[in-house]
Amino acid sequence: MRFGVVVFPGSNCEDDAYYAIRDGLSQPVDYVWHENRDISAYDCIILPGGFPHGDYLRAGAIARFSPVMGAVREFAARGGLVLGICNGFQVLLESGLLPGATLKNDSLQFRCMYVHLRVENTRSPFTMGLAPGQVMRIPIAHGEGNYYADEETIRELEDGGRVLFRYCDSEGKITAEANPNGSLGNIAGICNERGNVAGMMPHPERAYQAVLGSSDGLGILNSIVSFLGGR
Amino acid sequence: MHASEPTVEMIIEGKLWREMGLKDSEFEMIASSLGRSPNWTELGMFAVLWSEHCAYKHSRKLLKTLPTRGERVLVGPGENAGVVDIGDGLGVAFKLESHNHPSAVEPYQGAATGAGGIVRDVLAMGARPIALLDPLRFGEPTNPRVKYLFGGVVAGLAGYGNCIGVPTVGGEVVFDDCYADNPLCNAMCVGLIRKEDIKRGVAAGVGNSVMLVGHSTGRDGIHGATFASEGLSDDTEDKRPNVQAGDPFVEKLLIEACLEMMATGSVVGIQDMGAAGITSSCAETAARAGTGIEIDLSLVPLREAGMTPYEIMLSESQERMLVILEKGREEEVSAICRKWGLPCVVIGRVTDDGLFRVRHGGRVAAEVPAALLAQNAPLYDPAWAEPDYFRKVSSFDASGIPVPEDVQGAFEAVLTSPNIACKRWVYRQYDHMVQTNTVMPPGADAAVVRVRNDGKCGPEKGIALKTDGNGRYCYLDPVRGGAIAVAETARNVACAGARPLAITNCLNFGNPEKPEVFWQFKGVIEGMRNACETLGTPVTGGNVSFYNESRDRAIYPTPIIGIVGVIDDISKILTQGFKSEGDHVIVLGDTLDELGGSEYLKVVHGVVSGRPPAIDLDREKALIETLLEANAAGLLQSAHDVSEGGLAVALAECCFDARPGARGADILLRWDGRIDSLLFSESQSRAVVTVKPSAEGEFLEICEARRVPCSIIGRVARSRLRVSVQGINAQGAGIQGTGAQGSARPVIDCDATELEKSWREVIPCLMS
Repeated sequence: MRFGVVVFPGSNCEDDAYYAIRDGLSQPVDYVWHENRDISAYDCIILPGGFPHGDYLRAGAIARFSPVMGAVREFAARGGLVLGICNGFQVLLESGLLPGATLKNDSLQFRCMYVHLRVENTRSPFTMGLAPGQVMRIPIAHGEGNYYADEETIRELEDGGRVLFRYCDSEGKITAEANPNGSLGNIAGICNERGNVAGMMPHPERAYQAVLGSSDGLGILNSIVSFLGGR
Repeated sequence: MHASEPTVEMIIEGKLWREMGLKDSEFEMIASSLGRSPNWTELGMFAVLWSEHCAYKHSRKLLKTLPTRGERVLVGPGENAGVVDIGDGLGVAFKLESHNHPSAVEPYQGAATGAGGIVRDVLAMGARPIALLDPLRFGEPTNPRVKYLFGGVVAGLAGYGNCIGVPTVGGEVVFDDCYADNPLCNAMCVGLIRKEDIKRGVAAGVGNSVMLVGHSTGRDGIHGATFASEGLSDDTEDKRPNVQAGDPFVEKLLIEACLEMMATGSVVGIQDMGAAGITSSCAETAARAGTGIEIDLSLVPLREAGMTPYEIMLSESQERMLVILEKGREEEVSAICRKWGLPCVVIGRVTDDGLFRVRHGGRVAAEVPAALLAQNAPLYDPAWAEPDYFRKVSSFDASGIPVPEDVQGAFEAVLTSPNIACKRWVYRQYDHMVQTNTVMPPGADAAVVRVRNDGKCGPEKGIALKTDGNGRYCYLDPVRGGAIAVAETARNVACAGARPLAITNCLNFGNPEKPEVFWQFKGVIEGMRNACETLGTPVTGGNVSFYNESRDRAIYPTPIIGIVGVIDDISKILTQGFKSEGDHVIVLGDTLDELGGSEYLKVVHGVVSGRPPAIDLDREKALIETLLEANAAGLLQSAHDVSEGGLAVALAECCFDARPGARGADILLRWDGRIDSLLFSESQSRAVVTVKPSAEGEFLEICEARRVPCSIIGRVARSRLRVSVQGINAQGAGIQGTGAQGSARPVIDCDATELEKSWREVIPCLMS
């Protein structure tokens, strides 16, 4: 089992993902430069957070054209696991690997803080180790995390059980106050129809050690390991 | 010579140096040193490098009196940043700088480029930037212009810092009307480096290549340093073109590319292009190395055609570095830049003639001695005089101030003053977690950033960081204020369990040519010097920002201190929140009748006067050592510095940050004087700590051995903060008798969660 963490020129959470996998999961992990077209050595690809090309236009709008994204598309089509975190999620949205878009936070400000997430689906490779309805404490750090999609897409996501996480309060209630960015339906993370490509605005890789404030993120990363191990 | 530029004759005829901020005597010095009059380009170069901002003409003589040596100091003042030894072969590079004037004009870009500049200073030492801290000062936040500046500065710092992936882990925000027209935007960057990899800003090795890496050069920020060396006026708005625009994406590329380049061993010297970009970086690196530099401006990548040598030399386009490379290794370095998509070009070479020669194609556009430009600006001994206000404020007698009937109301007013209120509205806009090393996030006494223990067993170290500086204290008594600024940061770091190692500073003042302002400056330096010497925290560098005044009104003298401390095991970090019900609450240090300069006097009585609290630096040292010794022995449950707002506010903050079920305290204070002094005096060298009852004896022995006054004032409670006061003649000691003694009078009794809510909502409400 081997993880690859994609590095775009302006990625800035690639080390965080790398350390969470190496130190939190004790799994082998490499950096994958964005010009790389061969990712066949990996079982799971992480698209980390950051500002890949400055993102002055729109988060992830240019990164989707990086050579590595062609390889990621093929990798996903073959069933490989892809997890986009924060900007990585936005890159997946821009690439069409996941539906919808993220708008500017409704506060119009960047938000870096711990939030609570409720686990909505435990059938995906990214959540199979979690309990349904489980509440996790995981940080966010983004300016454009306000998830939006047309009604039909939202219905498809909801009906297909493709909403993985929602923002909630500490007791698991889905409330407007618990929504940090204005996302429709408090959606914090989704997956594709097949379940092998997931994206989320919160940062599980920042919550891999109690000393950082929470180790709840390990639950998500460990699910990937269980899935790959049992495959 | 460009047709549109003034000739030497025109310069002399029109005394054009005056428009650039040079004095007549300075122009004469330049001309006599050169043996001729400077041309237009040369004059511009001198105007910037001999500006106050670059040359420290009014401050340098006094700055030299600060202690700069210590066994932990690896690099002291004079380089791009200081470096302090944290053990295990590692150094911490750090520096604090101002971007006040640009932020007053264009808050977003002014602040953003301030962060960018300080990051490059740390990068130039060879260090990877690992943390930012942003000390900010604004006018009263009810003023719409202030809200605009405050919002813009925070957004600018966030926009830049978040993009480059360096966590903003600390800083402070203080509001006072004196900063209404002159906000202060200071920024501190901290980097980590292996000792053997420390780089210098030197153009060493004759024949080596001079390379420009990073952004192309445009017409932005021309004369930014000159602008920063004068007061703000009504036409300051016209200075908007003097403010540079930042591109954090390129900064991120620059960080990665430069670190990769330096790892090849081909980099001889490296320097940020800050004020007067190419001019300062070339002149300073050559002057430090005792060499010369020759460059050709026709090789510099430009953003627009037709830029004159004058414009290219004075441009402050951001995100550029000057790299001195071993000759023959240009291709190796170019390949790294290509990988990161970053322009780089060799623009010249190191020479042996001590001259900074600027060619523009075939023509020599400027030729001046590098040392003359970078090191030989005149130094002044400004006149100083005690200001009229000082006698008045010093003789202020607080006994005329009525003791409030409603003590709890006064307490709530102080707690919800914007200066005391929660600053989460600010730091939640900063990515303070990226790099996943922030083990003590913003909101605590000090931030702590972990040093990763790659592949090595044993505990992980932490770097404790804090910035602080109370301008009001310095206004009321510069010597005390300067000493307190240092002492408080050291105390903050010790309250996190870390040993304070060294400081950097940014000294924000008015016009030093006014004797009253220089008197303040001189006093603050004296206070800082005393504190640094006694506390063993040398100064590794700093920055001076003068001319923070407008319409003849100067800001309070505001030295900001940035401190670095180290804790050898992050599992031993101390936090301020109460831990468990029943723990004993102890105040270390003496509470005195010292209301002068307090937040309480200002907020409740509208008075800014009196003398700020006295400081006994030996006592401060003893307090710090006590905290460190007790924490190392595992005796402390929590520790929190007592500062602005006094004991009452400190207790409340311990409740807010507490573990569930320990969000209150039952406190009994014995006191024979004014209750407001007891609760709100800002007496120095104090901390609130909690201990388990079983550890109390051992802890008190340490206090006694170090002669630190301590009093057990109560117990941690479940959810309410209750403070009672008893006259000094009450019988008994300890807190056992509280209930039995009818003479104790409750003065504060409130639910900590509700109190916290009002404390949290102040800034969001003001800014919504």
